[in-house]
Amino acid sequence: MAKSYLSLEQIDMVFSRGGATTQVLNQVSLNVEKNEFISIIGHSGCGKSTLLNIVAGLTQATRGVVFLEGNVVDKPGPDRAVVFQNHSLLPWLTTYENVKLAVDKVFSSTKSRAERHEWTMRNLELVQMTHAKDKRPSEISGGMKQRVGIARALAMEPKVLLLDEPFGALDALTRAHLQDQVMQIHAELANTVLMITHDVDEAVLLSDRIVMMTNGPLAKIGEILDVPLERPRRRIDLATDATYTRCRSAVMKFLYERHRLVEAA
Amino acid sequence: MTANPIRLTSTEPVKPQAEIVPLTVAKRNPAGPALPKWLTTAISHVIPPLVMLAFLLIFWEIICSSPTASVPPPSRVVSETWELIIHPFYVGQGVDQGLFWHVLASLKRVALGYCLAAIAGIALGALVGQSEWAMRGLDPIFQVLRTVPPLAWLPLSLAAFKDGNPSAIFVIFITAIWPIIINTAVGIRNIPQDYQNVAKVLRLNQFEYFTKIMIPAAAPYIFTGLRIGIGLSWLAIVAAEMLIGGVGIGFFIWDAWNSSRISDIILALIYVGVVGYLLDRLIAFIAKAVTRNTASS
Repeated sequence: MAKSYLSLEQIDMVFSRGGATTQVLNQVSLNVEKNEFISIIGHSGCGKSTLLNIVAGLTQATRGVVFLEGNVVDKPGPDRAVVFQNHSLLPWLTTYENVKLAVDKVFSSTKSRAERHEWTMRNLELVQMTHAKDKRPSEISGGMKQRVGIARALAMEPKVLLLDEPFGALDALTRAHLQDQVMQIHAELANTVLMITHDVDEAVLLSDRIVMMTNGPLAKIGEILDVPLERPRRRIDLATDATYTRCRSAVMKFLYERHRLVEAA
Repeated sequence: MTANPIRLTSTEPVKPQAEIVPLTVAKRNPAGPALPKWLTTAISHVIPPLVMLAFLLIFWEIICSSPTASVPPPSRVVSETWELIIHPFYVGQGVDQGLFWHVLASLKRVALGYCLAAIAGIALGALVGQSEWAMRGLDPIFQVLRTVPPLAWLPLSLAAFKDGNPSAIFVIFITAIWPIIINTAVGIRNIPQDYQNVAKVLRLNQFEYFTKIMIPAAAPYIFTGLRIGIGLSWLAIVAAEMLIGGVGIGFFIWDAWNSSRISDIILALIYVGVVGYLLDRLIAFIAKAVTRNTASS
């Protein structure tokens, strides 16, 4: 059987602390094709971040395997670049140096010094941050930091781009702006993207497929929804689009009717 | 604009034209020439300590003014040590040197001992901060050793080195190293998980992780340790030099006591205090310059 570009096979994740064990993920299997944009949505505590960390290689799954282009993923690497929720830029480096650090490391043998500089600038350009290339993270806004984080991840030319609630900490307007930018970049570079989110609109707007997770513990994939919307998508047009509304309500129904978050005391 | 006459014959609607009259703002007349801002702030920072100092000196002068007082008043300190004050660079025989040379000799010892402590302390701190086993094995030992008073090391080091100078340097080293180790270890232990994840995704090797993530991330903690260390070194050198002799501000004080030159002691104490303060400011300045951007945002 031909494997998908990225495939997660029967992932179980069990955390044990002291004598108590909690199984967070239960038999999660997912196939992602090249150039696909996948969102994973679910209530907090459903283990979606854990799932992303397993794909990133930052966490080891208790059982199950992740394959990327047929190879087993067992440790982190730049082929699965992560955009962290809280940007994770190094505060002692300028935005340029933050991206350059990744470029220097990944392309140390394949690109010359001048090429690496150019590639760094090219990625900063992609997120429209060249004007702040000499600023430090503390001197730029939250949205800008996240853009630099995206630039750093893109600069690694990852096979899969992993976004961990990338816009969660941003205000609504900045978030919309960044979503548009990510859509544009995805259209331009055709990356394979796996994005964690808890925002229904964001998921429908950006994704080709939405993976809906049931509540934890023992979270599994509840449903996978196809989003058959034409690209390029424009948020203004979509607001009244029938398909968009249908997808949106399907996700809403899943999250708030069938799998409502039951507050545990 | 006022030169344009209003043409009543025009078919266009007539726009009312107004003359713009600039309002003259009445200039405030300051009583005297205003001082530049930096000067006023400087004055407001310099005047209060000077006033307090004057009060203290007057108080000291009064309580020590009786001819039988065992401690001389400031006026007598100045008159008795005038030679020392005006000739700090005097070069004489043996330990008969100007105060500058005594301080310099002490500073040299401190510099050597302290630099060794900084290098060894950061290295050991990095080890203890990174490795759980090194931490478990070494931390209890460090915790015990760091409570040993600096001077208690001196006889042991004299026995080992059989010479005063290396012994004094060793005492500085052993005094300064503990806060550097402990603070470095804490700093490295507190490196945010995010930075470690970035390093993992980029697959930084040990050396790259050390130079690009660990040292900058822990720098504020390391400098806290370095600053405590320099203070302790300066405290220890005076005591150590009293015992080992030779040129040095510590032995100068001890020598002055043995020849009952109380005024010399007081002058030396002022030197010690000022130099200690300057050392602390120096490390603080370096820390500020180096870590200005490392604070997490």
